[in-house]
Amino acid sequence: MPQVMDADRMSRALTRIAHEILERNRGLDDVALVGIRTRGVPLARRLAKLLEQINGDHVPTGALDITLYRDDLMRSAVGPQPVVRRTEIPFSIDDRKILLVDDVLYTGRTIRAALDALIDFGRPRAIQLVVAVDRGHRELPIKADYVGKNIPTSVRQSVQVCLQETDGRDEIVIEGEP
Amino acid sequence: MTTHTPDQLHKTAGAEAVPAARLNSRHLLGIAGLEADEITLILNTAEAMKEIGHRPIKKVPTLRGRTVVNLFFEPSTRTRTSFEIAEKRLSADTFSIATASSSVTKGETLADTVKNIEAMSPDMIVMRHASSGAPHLLSRFCRSAIINAGDGMHEHPTQALLDAFTIRERKGRLAGLKVAIIGDLLHSRVLRSNVLLLNTMGADVWTCGPATLIPPGIDRFEVRSTTSVNEAVEAADVVMLLRIQHERMRGHFFPSIREYFALFGMTPERLRRAQPDVIIMHPGPMNRGVEIDSEVADGPYSVILEQVANGVAVRMAVLYLLAGESE
Repeated sequence: MPQVMDADRMSRALTRIAHEILERNRGLDDVALVGIRTRGVPLARRLAKLLEQINGDHVPTGALDITLYRDDLMRSAVGPQPVVRRTEIPFSIDDRKILLVDDVLYTGRTIRAALDALIDFGRPRAIQLVVAVDRGHRELPIKADYVGKNIPTSVRQSVQVCLQETDGRDEIVIEGEP
Repeated sequence: MTTHTPDQLHKTAGAEAVPAARLNSRHLLGIAGLEADEITLILNTAEAMKEIGHRPIKKVPTLRGRTVVNLFFEPSTRTRTSFEIAEKRLSADTFSIATASSSVTKGETLADTVKNIEAMSPDMIVMRHASSGAPHLLSRFCRSAIINAGDGMHEHPTQALLDAFTIRERKGRLAGLKVAIIGDLLHSRVLRSNVLLLNTMGADVWTCGPATLIPPGIDRFEVRSTTSVNEAVEAADVVMLLRIQHERMRGHFFPSIREYFALFGMTPERLRRAQPDVIIMHPGPMNRGVEIDSEVADGPYSVILEQVANGVAVRMAVLYLLAGESE
């Protein structure tokens, strides 16, 4: 399976995104990071560390589980329910700029669910979307604000973001025939 | 690894070896028959559900369009309220029927009552009944998922699950803990469900009560049974008190309330034998000055109100997990 990014290039892409975040928001006042489980969470933590290194500001970081907001729940006749995990947002999102972080942007349905979930926590001033990979094939009108890499794919393929924290290594690979 | 394929629009658990989110039965009739990994699944799911109760908007859209009927043939405030709140927090449509206002008082049989409710196609029925086995009977012909909210002197599975959740939250584990269950063992469905659950999860269970209130055949439960409170409480990690159920007692099981309190009531003095970080539990409603001294009930070791709070999260977990299994 072809590797599209190695650890080095992933780390450079994240550093570039951190700079873009600073440039666009003119500082980090009222900015917070929320990672979507599973791999958005370590990505959000890495960004928080990078932002602190560059700017010296501590950025609050949370974890969001979108399972209970999925639009495909309860639609299949009979089947096991997806595992629900904890959402941890230990700060108020009211009037904050929230950077929502995920690994792969595909249909946009995960992000739709995440937006609904976030709104239940308060009324952020703005929500911006950060993804490691945008692989196209959107089914909803959703667009990322910061992208690690655009990877054109066919729907038969799958994109895998592997992270040290969850998979023991950093790389992005593409699987399946184009 | 996260995979994104056409038939998996969302993330799957992937390579993280999360246990399958599935209960083996589409009903929750009792703890009997639940495997340890099913219990762990319910408790883990409840942990995630608990956080919802701390949000500004305490509601998720998960069970939108699902109908849940709460059918209570026996009085209950705590359990029924807890189920109703859990259902509403998951956005289910819910309505509750209590015996006094139902056609049961007009002579309808249980099966007919439930068949009539089923004709209105609910997805789940939460049921409490004074007869042991009533929900099991219904589960044989009902399309809806049945959740047992207490049947006679038999089982009360969601109570045992919320007790286990509370213990695990406080102690970090269930295995190896000494749990002393003290009080009216004979009439208690809470006892049966708790013993089954705690045994499955590897706790060391002791039961204690007056000889007249110890059910025959308790040895089959693999518990250590004693009539000495001091022996039961000695080095206990958890002390769980059971209510003296006057309403189920036909006959005299002990001479007087005062004598019961003198011999079995949980007082600060008796509690000193337990572990320094012991927790005190009670499924409610409490009889102060009968099975528990007020000083203990309101004291620093008491987690009785935490149990009530956790009940909502545990019931949300059960509703969520069973909703995927309904026909």
